[in-house]
Amino acid sequence: MAPTLAAQTVQPVPGGLRHSLGFLWHRLRQSPLTLAGLAVIVLVLAVMALAPALAPHDPNLVDLEHRLLPPSASYWFGTDEVGRDLFSRILYGSRQSVSVALFVVPVAGVLGSILGSFSGSVGGLADTVIMRATDIVMSVPSLVLTMALAAALGPSLFNAMLAITVVRIPFYVRLARGQALLIRELNYTKAARAFGASRWHVVRWHVLRNALPPIIVQATLDVGGTILMAAALGFIGLGAQQPTAEWGAMVATGRNYILDQWWYSAFPGCAILITAMGCNLFGDGLRDLLDPRQKGR
Amino acid sequence: MSSVLSIEDLRLEFPIYQGAVQALNGVTLRVEPREIVGVVGESGSGKSVTAMAVMRLLVPGSYRVTGSATLLGQDVLAATEPAMLALRGSQVAMIFQEPMTALNPTRRVGQQMVEVLRRHRPLTRSGAQAEAVALLRDMHVADPERIQHSYPFELSGGMRQRVMLALAFSCQPRLLIADEPTTALDVTVQRQVLLLMRDKAREKGAAVLLITHDMAVVSQFCDRVYVMYAGAVVEDGPTAEVLAAPRHPYTRGLLDALPDRVASRGDLAAIPGSVPDLTRLPEGCAFAGRCPLVHGACASRPPSLPVGPGGQRHAACWAVRDGEAS
Amino acid sequence: MSAPVLTLEDLRVRFPAGKDWLGRPNEFVHALNGVDLDIRPGETLGVVGESGCGKTTLAQVLIGLVAPSSGRILRRDGEGPARAGSMQIVFQDPQSSLDPRLPVWRVISEPLQVQGRTGRAGLRQAAAAAAAQVEIPADYLDRYPHEFSGGQRQRIAIARALISEPDVIILDEPTSALDISVQAQILNLLNELQRRRGLTFVLISHNVSVVRHMSDRVAVMYLGQIVELGPTATVLGAPRHPYTRLLLESLPRLGVPVTGDAAAIGTELPSNRTLPSGCFFRDRCPLARAGCERPQALLGRDPAVRCHVNAI
Repeated sequence: MAPTLAAQTVQPVPGGLRHSLGFLWHRLRQSPLTLAGLAVIVLVLAVMALAPALAPHDPNLVDLEHRLLPPSASYWFGTDEVGRDLFSRILYGSRQSVSVALFVVPVAGVLGSILGSFSGSVGGLADTVIMRATDIVMSVPSLVLTMALAAALGPSLFNAMLAITVVRIPFYVRLARGQALLIRELNYTKAARAFGASRWHVVRWHVLRNALPPIIVQATLDVGGTILMAAALGFIGLGAQQPTAEWGAMVATGRNYILDQWWYSAFPGCAILITAMGCNLFGDGLRDLLDPRQKGR
Repeated sequence: MSSVLSIEDLRLEFPIYQGAVQALNGVTLRVEPREIVGVVGESGSGKSVTAMAVMRLLVPGSYRVTGSATLLGQDVLAATEPAMLALRGSQVAMIFQEPMTALNPTRRVGQQMVEVLRRHRPLTRSGAQAEAVALLRDMHVADPERIQHSYPFELSGGMRQRVMLALAFSCQPRLLIADEPTTALDVTVQRQVLLLMRDKAREKGAAVLLITHDMAVVSQFCDRVYVMYAGAVVEDGPTAEVLAAPRHPYTRGLLDALPDRVASRGDLAAIPGSVPDLTRLPEGCAFAGRCPLVHGACASRPPSLPVGPGGQRHAACWAVRDGEAS
Repeated sequence: MSAPVLTLEDLRVRFPAGKDWLGRPNEFVHALNGVDLDIRPGETLGVVGESGCGKTTLAQVLIGLVAPSSGRILRRDGEGPARAGSMQIVFQDPQSSLDPRLPVWRVISEPLQVQGRTGRAGLRQAAAAAAAQVEIPADYLDRYPHEFSGGQRQRIAIARALISEPDVIILDEPTSALDISVQAQILNLLNELQRRRGLTFVLISHNVSVVRHMSDRVAVMYLGQIVELGPTATVLGAPRHPYTRLLLESLPRLGVPVTGDAAAIGTELPSNRTLPSGCFFRDRCPLARAGCERPQALLGRDPAVRCHVNAI
C-alpha cells in the first residue's frame, strides 16, 4: 500500500497575507527607484484626495491686484494672469489629469482585454476582423486621432476621457491577444479542452486570469502615458475647460508669459513630469517584482 | 599527479527573504586525471549547483560560499573573473542538459564554433573554420560542412550535443563537466553521445565529471560515483561496488525503487516521505526522517565514514560505523 | 475475452507543414501512418518509442484533441463522439498541466464543471472525494498548485483524471518529470487505483523500465506505425522486430557493461515529412533484404510484428 500523504511531510509554501506583504516590502526595498515611483504615486493620490485641505487659497479666486507674482511665502508657486494661486491650482489640477488616467486605463484595459482574449482564443474570422480593425485604428498616429475625436465630441473633460479610451483600446486588444495565443498552447488549457471545455469556458477560466498579470503591469506603465495625453489635450484646449485648473492647460497659457514669468509653465510642467515618471518607475519595477523567476529572492 | 578537481567541505547558501536555501552542506569530492566520475542525485541534491559553483557560473552576489574548491591547482572560489575566463573553455569545459538552448538560435552553427575557437586559440578565420570541420568529423558527424551552415533549430538534439562536445573538446580541456547531457535525448541517441564522450575523453586524456539522475548510466560509464542528497555527499566509491552493495540507506532506497528491481505490477519499494525543505534542514542527518535505520545517533549529522579497507569507499551514515549497514 | 473498449482502424494523422503560394498545404508531417490497435478493458497498454514515433499524436487523437486524417475509431458504445469524460489524460509535466491560478479543488473538478451538471458545492464534494483517492488531505484543497511538490501535483492531475469516471485514462509520460523515489510512489498509486477500480490505462512513455513494470501489453512505435504489439514479457523479453531489439540494446542497464563503439552506430531517425518507401526501418536494419522494399504489414496476433523476416 503506498505510504499515505500523512507520512510525507511536504509543507506547502508558507503563505498568509502578512508574509506576502512582508516579502513585497523586502523586494521593494531592493529597488530604490521603484520605491521612489511608489512614493510619487502615493503623494499624488494624497494630493488629489486632500486638495481642499492642502490648498492655501481658493484655486478659482480671481485677485487682479496680485497678478503674475513670482513664487513667494504667500504664493508658493506664484500667481497666474488673473491672480489665482498657482500652487492651489496645481493641487486641484491633479484631480483632472490623474482622474483621466484612472478612468481610461481600467476601462480601456478591461474592454481591450476581453476583446483580445476572445480574439486570441477563438481565432478564425472573428480574430481576423478584430485584428484588422485594430490595425486601422493603430495606423493613425494616436495623438492626432485622439485630438480629432475629442474635437469632434466637443471640448470637455469627459469627452477627452472617452477619446483617449477609444484610441487606447487596440493596444490592450493586441496585448491580451498575444497572451491568449500563448496560454492557448499551455498544457492546462489543452487539458481543459481535452475534458470537453467549450471555448468560452477556456477564456473565462484560464485565459483571462492568466493573461491579466502581465496586462496589469503594462497598464501601470500606461498610466504615465495617459496623463501625458490628457495634458496634451488640455494644452490644445480640449479637455477640462476654464476656469477648472488643469495641468496641460496651465502649461499652454503659461507659454504666453514664459519669458518673464517662467514659473507659470514650469511648475505645472514639473507636476506632469514627476507624476508620469513616478508611474513609469513604479510600473517598471512592478514587472520585475512580479517576475516569477525572482520568487523568494 | 594531483587531482584535476578537488572540493573540500563546500557549503553554499542562497539568501532569500527570511532565510536561506542551503543548497550545499559540506560537499567533498575529487576527480583524478583521466577518470570518469559520476555524481548522482535527485532534485534538490545539489549536484548541478556544485558544478556551477566550481565553474563560477552562479550569479555573483546571489550566494554565500565557504570551503574550498581547487581546479587544476587554482582556487576557483577566490579567483578573479579574468582568471576564470581563462580557465573556462580551455582547461575546463562544460556541457549542459538542454542542447536546444545551449546554442544561439539566430546564428549559424559554424559561426558559433569559430567564435569559441578563436577566443581560446590563436587561429585565423579560415584556420578556425577548418578546425571546426575537423572537430565535427572527429565526433563522427557525417556531413560537417552542411552542419556548419545550419542553424541550431535545423539539427536534432543528438546532433546539437555532438556540436557541444566538439566545442568542449576543442581546446583539449583537462576536465569536462557534463550536467545531465543526455537526459533530454532519445535512448538510442543517448548511447551514441555517451560512448562518444567516453571515447573522446580517453583519447584526449581528459577527466569527466558526469552529473546525472540515471543510475544505469552511471553504472555503464563511470569509474567512481558520488551519491548526493540534500546538498551533501552521502556515499562514494568505485561504481561497481557502490551499486552492487550500497551502504547508505538512501542509495539502497534509490536502487530498490527502480522498476527493474521488482516483479511486474508488484509494489515498488518507494522511499517514504520526501526531500527535506532546503530552507529548513534538520539539525541531524538530513535523511533521518525517511530512513529505516534511524536511531539515536542520527540526531547529529554523520561525517563521511570509510567503508571497508582501502579507503576507497565512504558513506555518511552512523550505521556504517556501528557495522550495522551491511 | 470481453469486447475492447476502443479500437483504432488504420488511423492516419498528418499535419500541414508548408504552404504553397495559394495557401494550400503542400508539405505534411505524417505523424501516424496506419495504426491498428485495440484497447482491452482493465488492461494497461504500454506504448514505447522515441521522439517522432507518433506516440504523443496518438495520445492526442485518443483524447480528441486532434482529428484523424483517415481511419476509424470504434468505441464500445458505437462510432459516434465519445461520452463526455469517457477518456481522460494525465500529462507529463505536473507543473504546466495545472492552472497556476486556480485553487486545487477547482482544478480537480474541472472535468465535471465542464459538463455543467453540478453546482459549486457538488463540485467541491466531488473534488474532495477524488483527492481522498490519491491521498491529498481535504484541507489542502484550497491551496494553489505551486504550493505542492511535483509528486503531489501529479497526484492532483490523477485525481482530475479520475473524477469523471472515465473508461480509459491516458498516461502521457506520467513520471518522466519526477525523481526516482517519487516515481515509485506514483506508480504504486496508479497500480493500486487500477486494482481497486478496474481502470484501463494507456501508458505512453520513452522509459522502457516503467512500461515493462506497469503494462500487460506493449506496443512499440516507429515513425507513426506500430512495429510490434503483444504481451509485455514477449515484446520486451524476446523482441522480434529489429527496431525493438535496437531500442532494448541501447537502454543503459544497471550492472551491464556497454558494448559497441560510437563510430559504428548508424544513422538517426528519418524525417516524417517524406516517408521512406517500403519498410520504414530498412535503412537502419541489420536484417534488410529483398522483400523489405514493400510496405510491411502487422503480422500475427499477440505478438504481432511488422516484419516479414521475423514474423512468426
